[in-house]
Amino acid sequence: MHRNMKITFLLFAMVAAFGLILAGPAWAKVEGDMITFGAAVSFTGKYSTNGKHTKNGYDLAVKRLNEMGGVEVAGKHYKIEVKYYDDESTPARAGQLADRLIKQDGIKFILGPYGSGPTKGMAPITEKYQVPMVEANGASRALFNKGYRYLFAVLTTSEQYLTASVDLLAEQYLAAGKDPQDAKIAVAVENDPFSMDIRAGILDDAQTHGMRVVIDDKLPKELTDMTVTLTKVKALKPDLLVVSGHSKGAALAVRQTAQMKVDVDMLAITHCEAADVKGKFGADAEYTLCATQWAPTMSYKDEWFGSAGDYAKRFEEEYGYVPPYQAAESSAAVLVYVNAIQRAGSFDKEKVRDAIAATDMETFYGRVDFDDTGKNIAKPMVLRQIQNGEYVPVAPSQFAAEKVIYPRPKWKDR
Amino acid sequence: MDNLQILFAAPVFSLQLLIDGILIGAVFALAAYGMALVWGVMKIINFAQGEFVILGGFLLYALKEAGLHPFLGVPVAAAALFVIGWVIYRIAIVRVIEKDLFISILATFGIAILLQQLMNQVFGADVQTVEAGLGTWFLMDGQVTVLQIKVVSFFIAMVLGVILALFLKKTRLGQAIRATAQHYRAAQILGVDTDRVYAITFALNAAICGAAGALVSMIWVIQPFMGLAYTIRSFMIVIVAGLGNVIGVALAGLGLGAAENFAGFILGAEFQAAFIFSLLVVILLWRNFRLSLKREYLE
Repeated sequence: MHRNMKITFLLFAMVAAFGLILAGPAWAKVEGDMITFGAAVSFTGKYSTNGKHTKNGYDLAVKRLNEMGGVEVAGKHYKIEVKYYDDESTPARAGQLADRLIKQDGIKFILGPYGSGPTKGMAPITEKYQVPMVEANGASRALFNKGYRYLFAVLTTSEQYLTASVDLLAEQYLAAGKDPQDAKIAVAVENDPFSMDIRAGILDDAQTHGMRVVIDDKLPKELTDMTVTLTKVKALKPDLLVVSGHSKGAALAVRQTAQMKVDVDMLAITHCEAADVKGKFGADAEYTLCATQWAPTMSYKDEWFGSAGDYAKRFEEEYGYVPPYQAAESSAAVLVYVNAIQRAGSFDKEKVRDAIAATDMETFYGRVDFDDTGKNIAKPMVLRQIQNGEYVPVAPSQFAAEKVIYPRPKWKDR
Repeated sequence: MDNLQILFAAPVFSLQLLIDGILIGAVFALAAYGMALVWGVMKIINFAQGEFVILGGFLLYALKEAGLHPFLGVPVAAAALFVIGWVIYRIAIVRVIEKDLFISILATFGIAILLQQLMNQVFGADVQTVEAGLGTWFLMDGQVTVLQIKVVSFFIAMVLGVILALFLKKTRLGQAIRATAQHYRAAQILGVDTDRVYAITFALNAAICGAAGALVSMIWVIQPFMGLAYTIRSFMIVIVAGLGNVIGVALAGLGLGAAENFAGFILGAEFQAAFIFSLLVVILLWRNFRLSLKREYLE
């Protein structure tokens, strides 16, 4: 009796599961007056902080667009929503979820995950199903040399993150009547795709200026200590020290240069906000140069959010914190996507893809114009220096509010 | 080899690397000591070692946020980890203790993942640090810097090591732990409650890691997914020093710290770990060779 019941139950479950698979909508997901976007974002795992910023960015743009009447496609008004899954900060899971979003949930407009790794996991899947993906948080340039047709990134790619610091150093040398070829650079980056891109950009730029790279350290992934590299910096006295290793690289660089009193004329790092170096290390973080995609003080504008500052105000009202660039670029991705659907006047994947490729628009996040590989080439990276406890844009010069303080004062004079 | 020339041209930097290596080696030795204890007594290789370390760091961070002085927080973090270690033993380790080594490795590996994700949920994925408010000493005209917190950590680690060694040697409980390590059945026959000994050993290890982690958070930075580096270092030190050898663990820890620093400086940071692992292989081969020389036969 028991066994029979078990078998019946099992059969029933199997039939039910099979039925569910069959009943799943195929290529639906514009139902009634609702357009559904799909996104796999890190809610758990090591990217969960930035995953939250990404989701908040998407949500704010969706909310704003719906407030403003939604999207008009071929004379009809639609609202928009985003279906989320948690990619657990792993590329493989992001890939599976892309498959699930497209095949099972029938979604044909995909927004990117957080980070180059998960983006790399998703891109082959969206490519396979020929579904356009507009992403805002995968900066690795390796995403854009694979010939992907359906991948678009609104952010600046990673090799450009810190090159402005090399140019800035050259400017300072020229201004002082010295030859930039005498300048020395130290590079210490984590051994991961993102930071290695940054390194490649720096090395290229150093070569153009004829500068010497005296330290070229690749820090281990399980980076816990930079003492060794910083000892080398003390020995070789470079003018510029470039460090990239996500939040822990930023925190270690700022903390340990102060602890060991390492004097360099210029220190340029990534992930200042993510590591909150200003809040955590206070005076020790002064004069650090931080790369950023975007800042609320920029002069960009658009019709949805107004200025960059207006966006920041709206974001802070909604979520209670100043938007980091990860949130801003995520909002921009939604704007770009929706704008393209409007221009395409259709929900046809191919037409929408072509409309995205033809994008050339102003947003509060900066101009967006994709090149043939799908990366945004219209927006520069910005370098901000921490001056008197504030992030102050100092490069490139057309956005610079203040002059860079160069060289950094020696530790004994502070 | 340019870097090697720097060391010859300016030996002062060698001094920096040596001092720094020895000071940080003490913290590694502390975590390794706990691992040797659990390995020797319970025959379990604890792959969650690094996560215990990081958890200790986060507890200190939370205590500091709550207004406690970081140095007072160290024993509190250790005590909290003792309780957590006890609970983990009662829930999971007790079920794998006399099983195959492979099962216990899987179990502790699972605990490691669980702890990582829980820390991620509770404390967030951000990098955190604890400021102990200590300064830096400058030697040799500022060329050599010695962080006071590293010196303090060095002494805390050493004192804890000595206390632990005395505890194992002198107290009844310590003797029971050593008896269990030698032969758990014989210990049982002689009236030792081995289950209790196991629980205390595991909890003690967690407490040691908690103290080590508290020191780590004051010296460097902590993040929920950073544990593996400490697990691997502990493992290395224990392999090199052997089980049940307190002095050996301490020396191996200090030596490893210094070797790591020199390797990083001369070969570049990317070969720091590679060098250490190559060293491990060489040491194991050498040991094997030594053992093969004094082969014994049973008649």
